[in-house]
Amino acid sequence: MAVRVQSEAFDAAAEMAALTAGREDIGAVASFTGLVRGGAIRAMTLEHYPGMTERALAAIEAEAHRRWPLKASLIVHRVGRLLPGEPIVLVAAASEGRHAAFEAAAFLMDYLKTDAPFWKCEERADGTSDWVDAREADGTAKARWG
Amino acid sequence: MRVLYFAWVRERAGCAAEDVAPGAGVTTVSDLADFLAQLSPGHAAAFADRTRLRVAVNQEQAGFDSPVAANDEVAFFPPMTGG
Repeated sequence: MAVRVQSEAFDAAAEMAALTAGREDIGAVASFTGLVRGGAIRAMTLEHYPGMTERALAAIEAEAHRRWPLKASLIVHRVGRLLPGEPIVLVAAASEGRHAAFEAAAFLMDYLKTDAPFWKCEERADGTSDWVDAREADGTAKARWG
Repeated sequence: MRVLYFAWVRERAGCAAEDVAPGAGVTTVSDLADFLAQLSPGHAAAFADRTRLRVAVNQEQAGFDSPVAANDEVAFFPPMTGG
């Protein structure tokens, strides 16, 4: 189990390899990587609540381990100013079989969206910027886990 | 009491953190919000629509009816938008 909040970019493939290195008890790893979308957005700045963020991510990860028989897991979330195409977030869940890994990875993302204190501010091409509003769909996605 | 603001709440309040001593009459987050809203026009704007605000007390999610005490860390922010 590990959570990290960092400004540096991460290499999702290297993170996944490290998660399972030397392990023979893991039969499945599922991961999700979130990227900054371009289009009308020139950059995205992520603010967070140092201290609470790490606590919230650790609590979300612990809840995933309570619900599924996970062998390993990882949450990496970036903060600061990010450009289109850059990775924002990585979650990974490892277990003996695929079902727990798939479900736990989705659970980690759904809970992270609504319960981890991060805020996105979008910079548009015309130089204006705005804080991103929370989406009702994110609350719905979390609620499906009961 | 340590008060923290994030995202547009921070921008409206005009600061990221401040130490306040609101007095014995402030026993809940709602009382504290009333007190803070009077500090400046920016604070008033930050607290104008509380349905848009979320709260944490000592780094745990809380509500406007949650109790607060002198040594607490209380944070006000918009709904989270990470991921």
